[in-house]
Amino acid sequence: MGKSISIKPSQTVKAKTKGRCENALPRSKKVRAIQVPEENASSIRHENNRWQRLKKKCEPYFYILPTSLLMVLLLILPIVMVICYSFFNNVIIEKSPSFVGFSNYLSILTDSEFANAIWNTLHFVCISVVAHLILGMLFAMLLNSSYLKRSTKTVFRVIYVLPWVFTASVIAILWKLMFDPNGVINYLIQAVAGPGIGHIEWLSSTSLALHAVTFINIWAGYPFYMISILAGLQGISYDLYEASALDGANMPQTFFRITVPQLKPILISLVMLDFVWTIQQFALIWMTTAGGPINATNTLSTYIYKQAFSKYQYSMASASSVIVLIVCTLIAIFYVRHQKASE
Amino acid sequence: MVGKKKGYVKIIIIALLILGALFAGFPVFWMILSSFKPNAEIFAWPPTWFPRVFTIDAYREILHDPGKLRFFANSYFVSLVVVALTLVLSILTAYSFSRFNFKGKSTINAVIISVQAVPPITLLIPYLSLMVVFRLYNTYWALILTYLLFTLPYAILMMTGYFNTMPRALDEAVMIDGGSRFRALWTVLVPTALPGIVAVAMYTFMQAWNEYLFALTLTKTNDMRTVPIGINMLMGQHSYEWSEMMAMSVLGSLPVLFLFLFFQRYFIAGMTAGSVKS
Repeated sequence: MGKSISIKPSQTVKAKTKGRCENALPRSKKVRAIQVPEENASSIRHENNRWQRLKKKCEPYFYILPTSLLMVLLLILPIVMVICYSFFNNVIIEKSPSFVGFSNYLSILTDSEFANAIWNTLHFVCISVVAHLILGMLFAMLLNSSYLKRSTKTVFRVIYVLPWVFTASVIAILWKLMFDPNGVINYLIQAVAGPGIGHIEWLSSTSLALHAVTFINIWAGYPFYMISILAGLQGISYDLYEASALDGANMPQTFFRITVPQLKPILISLVMLDFVWTIQQFALIWMTTAGGPINATNTLSTYIYKQAFSKYQYSMASASSVIVLIVCTLIAIFYVRHQKASE
Repeated sequence: MVGKKKGYVKIIIIALLILGALFAGFPVFWMILSSFKPNAEIFAWPPTWFPRVFTIDAYREILHDPGKLRFFANSYFVSLVVVALTLVLSILTAYSFSRFNFKGKSTINAVIISVQAVPPITLLIPYLSLMVVFRLYNTYWALILTYLLFTLPYAILMMTGYFNTMPRALDEAVMIDGGSRFRALWTVLVPTALPGIVAVAMYTFMQAWNEYLFALTLTKTNDMRTVPIGINMLMGQHSYEWSEMMAMSVLGSLPVLFLFLFFQRYFIAGMTAGSVKS
């Protein structure tokens, strides 16, 4: 096809020159001899340009193709699937499940276990986030203190980051050992408060288990705050502190008028990320208490897991998954809005 | 007067610092200590601060049990493949985001970032049926593919940030010499972005090494289980082998601990860049 197009212009050139002046035939011949390859070349270049432009247009897509495929197959398709599942009855187990509309959602939302899981999750998430924030702030400020030598700071920073290195199953087992009725925590408490306290059943008492699990999560999660806040603190200009010292500000004033406002964007990001992460905390709770005793530590994630893998109620599990997904999406939208506003 | 006040402040700071270090470090110290105790001594009352009988039996038991070594082999294999694939995919995607403007760019970017807000457990049930349909259930690929989805967003974010800081003149120089864009990416940009790549690789390794939920549900047989599941399986399998569990926990934490100690600076730079600046 390329050839047939390229011949045409050279033929018209030939016809024109022939008709106009016969004397100039040899010259025109010469011209044509030169022109033909040139015309050909330019049209090939033209073709090339089009090909190149197409290639250029497609090039960025070529680079993102593998990732996009993965996103479609493992993110968008599963989300569509889980939404579909939530409107059918007995999915996965039966070959032809029947459409039941919102009835799965109705039975989830009226399930007292689900309400209990929401309360437990709220307790777990809110206390964890607040404690993470306070501990992270405190440790970051300690590590940033001008009273300490650099080497001291490095040693303590490594110790403080330690909990972050361990995987959830290690953390769960370790704290199960320590929270055992005959474990070291009870021994330390007795050593301080006297043996009258007795052997407290931290993880198997309905009134204490949720607090104990929350405590473990606090231990596991604060280093992330600490490191991020430390980076933020180091970014605050020293001039600000100097100016406030000149104005005679005391320590709390400096903290609330300078440090907190300067760190505000970091703190808001941290809290929002932590909300999403803590809502989905599964491994830690599952391995320490498995949601028990008697659902005392049942959170949304263990509720979904139990619906699916202990009761084989995949439709119910899907419906509750969709509810959790919606909540997390709402938080994420707030997060993105905040990020955009602060830019 | 001022000097005295400063002295008090210093004492308070050091006291808090030590208290904090006890809070953070004592459980870790206790774990290591317990791994060297015989099982009978674990719940001795009062607890023994240093093992009365110092033994490495627990470690020997694990290192001589091929079933338990298999957990480690599985974890290494899955984590390293995930790291390799995450790096290749995230470098390609980040290059495209950093160097081109194209239709749908912001939509694709938003989809990738939104993954960070998706709790893995909400996708668990569809994953289960997908893996069964594609005959990937109880294979390494079930884990590798699902881990990839959750390691990629952070990796892409980080790499895009890195590439954005590099002048376009770098790749143009290669292209003027007749090289393709693709060559410019691998011969110039990738070597220059090495610190970022190291941070991404370590963070990805850690995520993959520590994953629990998918490893629990998408594999079934012991020869496919990873270390986190292996540790959990020691619990309640045949009474509680506490010292063995602690030894396995120590061994299972060593790879990440070493990575962290040797590349601390990258880790911290990566963590803060991912969460705060992006």
